[in-house]
Amino acid sequence: MMSREEGRKEQTRGKQSIQFSHAVHILSGASIVGKKEGEGPLGKYFDVVGEEDGLFGCQCWEEAESVLQKEAVTMAIRKAKLEKWEIRTIYAGDLLAQTIASSFGIIGFDIPVYGLYGACATMGEALSLSSMAVAAGYGNYVVAVTSSHYGSAEKEFRFPLGYGNQRPLSASWTVTGSGACILGRSGGKARITGITTGKIIDYGLKDSLNMGACMAPAACDTIYQNLMDFNRMPGDYDKIITGDLGEVGQKILFDLLREKGFDIEKQHIDCGMKIYDKEKQDTHAGGSGCGCSAVTFVSYVLPKIETGEWKRVLFVPTGALLSKVSYNEGQSVPGIAQAVVVEHC
Amino acid sequence: MVCSMATAAEEVKKQKAKEYENYVKSVTPRHNLFKNMGFAFVSGGIICTLGQMIMNFCKNQGMDSETCGSWTSLCLIFLSVLLTGLNIYPKLAKWGGAGTLVPITGFANSVASPAIEYQKEGQIFGIGCKIFTIAGPVILYGILTSALLGVIYYLMKMWGIV
Repeated sequence: MMSREEGRKEQTRGKQSIQFSHAVHILSGASIVGKKEGEGPLGKYFDVVGEEDGLFGCQCWEEAESVLQKEAVTMAIRKAKLEKWEIRTIYAGDLLAQTIASSFGIIGFDIPVYGLYGACATMGEALSLSSMAVAAGYGNYVVAVTSSHYGSAEKEFRFPLGYGNQRPLSASWTVTGSGACILGRSGGKARITGITTGKIIDYGLKDSLNMGACMAPAACDTIYQNLMDFNRMPGDYDKIITGDLGEVGQKILFDLLREKGFDIEKQHIDCGMKIYDKEKQDTHAGGSGCGCSAVTFVSYVLPKIETGEWKRVLFVPTGALLSKVSYNEGQSVPGIAQAVVVEHC
Repeated sequence: MVCSMATAAEEVKKQKAKEYENYVKSVTPRHNLFKNMGFAFVSGGIICTLGQMIMNFCKNQGMDSETCGSWTSLCLIFLSVLLTGLNIYPKLAKWGGAGTLVPITGFANSVASPAIEYQKEGQIFGIGCKIFTIAGPVILYGILTSALLGVIYYLMKMWGIV
């Protein structure tokens, strides 16, 4: 019989990765987005699209964002044909200070919660932690959910919406939306077979309006480490999907990985570049926010894995770690990226 | 020894950060400066022409120049606040850039927009505390500079220079 210590060793791979002995299944995914996202190229994939004002019947942006999370979780539970009480834990996160969108969004569910912050990489963090919990037997069904909102994020990190200024071409547009996944021990047509936990990578860049360039080194590091730990080549993945690097970040990621000897141009897609039509919607570098990778994953990527069109993908949400305070105090903007291996089953 | 090693490591890190920054600059697209300057010239020009029209109208009404100036500022501020409330000013600013930022309309927009955004946080902690989050520095250093210039003017007058 295997000792506990060996059992633990068996699942770690290389320096930063885990390969689950029993893969964790994704039972369902649900998304709700704002009007602008609904008008974008992925519009038809989302479950619910909101109205023009982005308030979803609320008084302010923060409340609206909470409603997004509540709706996404409710829909995901329904799609998995489960009842609320069957969910063991929720792993939830958002971009607001003290993650208030999550707290007030899931307050009504009466389900135990872990609140998370990983900037725009939070969906990767939520999927990683929730799959670890299920794999370890700490819950039959758990939820991973994140959200972001253009209005609340602008208010939190930049200027009031009515303030007239010119955004640089490297700036991204925060996605209004929330995506939720139900993870369980069996069922569904997609499963998480492994994860690679990201390090905080700082190349010293201080431009908070060029987040793609701040996050690309972290994405490179995590993808490289994933390939090393699992002894894979980029071709072993049908797609390598980053969160919100945008146009500038994508180019840098390609360059950095090429320096390390890997070319992922054929496999790579970026949720931020997929979600908006850059020419028609005037979003500059692309979409961002932890809702960006979440809604793109549950509504666009997951169905393609479920049908078997993509057999194995590496989902790598990326985050820029900054606050208004750290920025004003002259700190750089480090990045983080969390990778999740999702396979068809 | 430890200290010098630390500094050497710091130096290398700084050097690398600089290199990365330069590389990022080379791959990041930028707005066309001359196009932006052109738009700013036109939009700023339109706002100032509008101001001049208001001024001339007031003069024709027989007001003295100080009253004319006050009415002009008042009208431009009102227009800017109205357009901010209707969510039109940000669109103009996106196109006009510095042309909409520099005149008094830009200043009015920078006060009105936080008032709208933070209204939900209450009259005191919302509007009250945050209305000058953008315009605050302009007000503070504007007053400070004029006070300083006032002192200089006073001294120069005392010494008979002016």
